[in-house]
Amino acid sequence: MGFFFTLVALVVTLGLTWRYLGSYMEAVFNGRVHWLAWIERPVYRMLGTSPEQEQTWKRYAGAMVVFTFVSLVFTYVIIRIQGSLPLNPQHLGAVGSALDFNTSASFVTNTNWQNYGGETTMSYFSQIGALTVQQFVSPAVGISAAMVLVRGFSRRKSPTIGNFWVDMTRCLFYVLLPIAFVFGIIFVGEGAVQTLAGTASFHDVLNNVSQTIARGPIGFMETIKQLGTNGGGFLNANSATPFENPTGLTNFLSFWLLLSIPVALTYTFGKMVGSIKHGFALLAVVIILFGVWVGYTANAEHQNNPAVAKAGIVATVGNTEGKEVRFGDTSSALFGVASTSTSTGSADSAYDSFTPIGGMGLLTGMMMGEVTPGGTGTGLYTLLIYAILAVFIGGLMIGRTPEYLGKKIQAKEVKLAGLGSLVMPMVVLILTAIAVSLVVGRAGPENAGPHGFTEILYGLTSQGNNNGSAFGGLTGNTPFYNIVGAIDMLLGRFGVMIPALALGGVLAEKDVVPESLGTFRTDNGMFVGLTIGVILIIGGLTFFPAIALGPVVEQLSHLRFF
Amino acid sequence: MLVHLRRSLILAVICLVFFGFVYAFAGTGVSQLLFKSQADGSLTANGSTLIGQPWNLTKCPGHSLGSCVFQGRPDDLGPYSDTEKNNPSPAGHPGDDPLVLNGVAGESGATNLGPKSAELVKYTKDLVKYWHARGVNPTPDLVTTSGSGYDPDISQQDALVQIPMVAKATGISSSKLRALVVSETHPAQWGFLGAQYIDVLQLNEGLAALK
Repeated sequence: MGFFFTLVALVVTLGLTWRYLGSYMEAVFNGRVHWLAWIERPVYRMLGTSPEQEQTWKRYAGAMVVFTFVSLVFTYVIIRIQGSLPLNPQHLGAVGSALDFNTSASFVTNTNWQNYGGETTMSYFSQIGALTVQQFVSPAVGISAAMVLVRGFSRRKSPTIGNFWVDMTRCLFYVLLPIAFVFGIIFVGEGAVQTLAGTASFHDVLNNVSQTIARGPIGFMETIKQLGTNGGGFLNANSATPFENPTGLTNFLSFWLLLSIPVALTYTFGKMVGSIKHGFALLAVVIILFGVWVGYTANAEHQNNPAVAKAGIVATVGNTEGKEVRFGDTSSALFGVASTSTSTGSADSAYDSFTPIGGMGLLTGMMMGEVTPGGTGTGLYTLLIYAILAVFIGGLMIGRTPEYLGKKIQAKEVKLAGLGSLVMPMVVLILTAIAVSLVVGRAGPENAGPHGFTEILYGLTSQGNNNGSAFGGLTGNTPFYNIVGAIDMLLGRFGVMIPALALGGVLAEKDVVPESLGTFRTDNGMFVGLTIGVILIIGGLTFFPAIALGPVVEQLSHLRFF
Repeated sequence: MLVHLRRSLILAVICLVFFGFVYAFAGTGVSQLLFKSQADGSLTANGSTLIGQPWNLTKCPGHSLGSCVFQGRPDDLGPYSDTEKNNPSPAGHPGDDPLVLNGVAGESGATNLGPKSAELVKYTKDLVKYWHARGVNPTPDLVTTSGSGYDPDISQQDALVQIPMVAKATGISSSKLRALVVSETHPAQWGFLGAQYIDVLQLNEGLAALK
């Protein structure tokens, strides 16, 4: 019953977020919000740019790639020399080069895959100056890229599609900073730790135990970690630890925060293209797929854990292995689905210990390309790529040149959309095939059999989709997985983002075709169904064989599916 | 290209200052001002109420180790160490070592064992044996480890099934213990967020007061 009310509360709060955050972001990116102009203008002056200086999509993409590369170098260097930097009360040494490369690539691509345990690897300087900074910057890059594609639809015959530096500045200061800061205070009030004082030690006279506990500036990193769909926590066990996620309320706020921007962006899209109905159609696609995945995964996790049953305990409260008492099994499943349907990848429970089909719910959330609702910005542009494919297929069925929002979808657009939707599965499947064919790759998994295969597949799917969640049994801190993972993340990021930017540029140059009786409607139930079909068919056809070898085999060897 | 590079460097420095240091320091300042106790880790004289502790090695004169207190979930230094011949070292146990006894802070983490894992079956069977030897019919929480590796909480049911063990070792009547367990139970936050729970440290502090 509690879970039912949690879902109701989530729907209500997300509905309000969709409406009001969505319309606020539209105003921000169209330059109608000025309450931080005293910061915004000096930033433009220092950068030597202004909102009037617009860029073509190629210049925009160039700026984005160069900026990401510079961020990568900054992050890499800070982590590499942390031993000589201040704010290091635990005197942690430099991080190895392969692990550092993987971590830097991970944080600049909004992945936040972690091959290290935060509390024993990263100094406060690295956590603050390298990792938290990228947790602001990388979602802003994603949202800026989405704005380019949205402008592709909203502009007519325009050679330019906005200014990267202006979009970044606005997103960082007006959207991410205030929300993360306000909720940071709430998180700390609930019990999340926020201190620079180093570890705490004490002796308990009741059981004669001495403990030393890792602490740090955790609470405020926590909110931007969720809000920016980053997912990389301060502590190794992420949101399962009470210092990151102390109560039922912070758990709720976590999955609300990580869903808020991706959901609200569908409203922003609708408002920018002048048809909220089109934004709502995309939201409907998200709600239907997300709802089915939550129901399915929560049901799977409400089952008994087979290992516990085998030991003679007939559970009444679901799969408790790897889950925290204060959250319970269904809320943990909801957190997992929210985290893997966006590009967050944070975890309030051990996903590796989910039932096989529960884990499959998380894995397939990522395999759909993270569009339900996907990451900050990345979700919207990937969803729009699927929408373009849907109108193309719809157009083929009725024999007309397809249009979306009055823009003709022709060969060039379909090629770019095809590229954007196929790069990720290709990268993921090829790298998985390489990993399972090599001894160094097969050395990774902790669990045996199909579950071990799922650990590898999950790890590379997660990195390829810039998600960052893990089946934690995979030992990722090896030269092989560090390098392969970094390649996976960078290809998965730019392989989708650059085609999306190109699409924005190509579409912005086009004029709008007036709507006629024969126009294929793109704001009704038929279109929603068609888009869902395209997402499921592309995701299903490409990944079904791999899933069959992993979670499906594992579950069937347990003799029943549910 | 050069202009991109120059702007990238400037923006990266601005971000380092603003979203790194200003954000973290302002956040720490506000937190320390408004919620000092929480920001420092909810520390009490006997430890943090948010970090679980091993209770299985508590000395109980005349009774087996750990039977005179309520125990938390078998995270790491929990009953696992007892099943392996009273060895308090976390080495050889599933998962990481979140809290090294008398040492430096370790990592949080789960066992990450899959639901079909033979290892998990073995550990679970060991734990069932551990509890049966103490006259306790364990609930699933008491034979599975948590996500963080130091879950500070148990459910009300997890505490109730331990009452016969605690009553026998402490001599406190079952009805008094039951009343203690009920009074220490926190309902789900706002009635529906998460699940009801008992903080094991607070429960044992209440128990010490009864003694």
